[in-house]
Amino acid sequence: MPEFGNFIIVCGHYGCGKTNFSMNLAVRLTEEGRKVTMVDLDLVNPYFRTSDYAPVLEKKGIRLVAPVFAHSNLDLPAMPAEIETVFSIRDGTVIIDVGGDDAGATALGRYAGRIREMEGVQMLYLINRYRALTKSPEEAAALLREIETACRLKATGVVNNSHLQNNTTAQDVEASMDFARRTAELLSLPLVLTTAPRRLQEELSAKIPDLFPVDRYVTPPWEVMG
Amino acid sequence: MKGNEALAEAAIQAGCRHFFGYPITPQTELAAYMSKRMPKIGGTYLQAESEIAAINMVLGAASAGVRAMTSSSSPGISLKGEGISYIAGSDLPALIINVQRGGPGLGGIQPSQADYWQATKALGHGDFQILVFAPSTVQEMVDLVSDAFDLADTYRMPAMILADGMLGQMMEPVEIRSNEHKKPIEKPWATTGHQNKRVHNVVNSLYLQPKDLERLVRERFARYEVIKQKEQRAEEYLTEDADLVLVAYGASSRVARSAVNKAREQGFKVGLVRPITLWPFPTDVLQKNAKTAKGFLCVEMSMGQMVDDVRLAVNGAVPVDFYGRTGGMIPSPAEILTKMKEILGGAQ
Repeated sequence: MPEFGNFIIVCGHYGCGKTNFSMNLAVRLTEEGRKVTMVDLDLVNPYFRTSDYAPVLEKKGIRLVAPVFAHSNLDLPAMPAEIETVFSIRDGTVIIDVGGDDAGATALGRYAGRIREMEGVQMLYLINRYRALTKSPEEAAALLREIETACRLKATGVVNNSHLQNNTTAQDVEASMDFARRTAELLSLPLVLTTAPRRLQEELSAKIPDLFPVDRYVTPPWEVMG
Repeated sequence: MKGNEALAEAAIQAGCRHFFGYPITPQTELAAYMSKRMPKIGGTYLQAESEIAAINMVLGAASAGVRAMTSSSSPGISLKGEGISYIAGSDLPALIINVQRGGPGLGGIQPSQADYWQATKALGHGDFQILVFAPSTVQEMVDLVSDAFDLADTYRMPAMILADGMLGQMMEPVEIRSNEHKKPIEKPWATTGHQNKRVHNVVNSLYLQPKDLERLVRERFARYEVIKQKEQRAEEYLTEDADLVLVAYGASSRVARSAVNKAREQGFKVGLVRPITLWPFPTDVLQKNAKTAKGFLCVEMSMGQMVDDVRLAVNGAVPVDFYGRTGGMIPSPAEILTKMKEILGGAQ
């Protein structure tokens, strides 16, 4: 498994699975004994965002920093002052879940100066081969350029998060590897890891390097019995 | 794909090359997707100066016989009401998508189903109906966009996809098939230029003589009767032996289905009728179920709108209860389960 530093930014296309991956990463690092803070920096999407899953994070002991108006009817691009505290955390790990595309990454640009001064920042670019508009390595690479321009930061690695939700098969994951490698190559970035639903871990671990099993936290309301 | 994107791509695959819109949460991804795709395929994407302008551009494009569409969310659909009435009054096919949010007024941006009355009964002034389809999955949104265009062309009337913010914003795997191989429906009425070879076509909704207007409206209503007989659609789930039949459409039908499954696990005989067309309303399947069920429970993300049509269909044969949340709140499976037990407990 790749090394994770103490400041990780997760960016990518709308709906490619940033929030679900960020939550899995947060849970995993917490289980390794780290003190994790998650930042919901999504100012462009009112639905299916980290803040919606606050109870899950709370249960795991993960601190959540989210826009004040998240989950409300106010479509207001405002940051909470609390975000300022995450740039000076010395004894824990920060995961920033950025909004989709360049539009979502613009909010991250607000902190580009602070982040550039920090050491060991990892900015992971999530890709999903099965996502419309980023199905080819060329399209996926072009989108990262737009994101980087918007947030004025450079990605440090690619995460292959190719999936079809509950329908994902081992073949789907395997078939995405060429796409992921080619995208990373076009961007001159390392392919950091490949995610797969946990149920496929056994079947895929020998075949896929740096396999990162994920659970599904981001679910529609009818899958929650309450 | 995200629901909103899937709606857009499905329209493109159904041959739509003319999109006129105006941004509003939670449907903006639909317009954003069109803005990226349309220029690449020789289509027209136009962000109008307002919803009213956009719907009138749809009227213009539809007059020329092309597949035209617009999309919006609740407050924006209210603005389009006038144009939709003109389109219906001009016997033009067009597709309107409503990704509903909370209301009334500016309301909110969370999902809602409070535009049922508007869509099925009062979308604009005058005597008219439009076809209304209610998908419950991203795949069904794709399939119904294609059917909506086809039926709109067949019956020369506007069609609406009545979705909600949850469906528009959610991600689900989807298969999109191209429908462009289908034989296009002839539109001899379209204003495409007569080239001195035929009498010129007129697209109009103004009639100077009341008797002419009455005749046209009556003709339109005769067509509506055919549609009511031929185009009702609904899905039945575990209704055969059900004592209590839930009725829900769109996102709330998925919550209802989860609740039905849970109730069945606990030994309760419950089922679900999911209307797929809201107009024409699937009266027949409800009347059939009214003969065997002891009661109905209508579940909506509103204060109770579709429940009126359920009661009309059931016509007093058995009791019809209602459970709903509104303002952007989504009923939970657990809440519906509690309500079902309350009703079934009372019946015993």
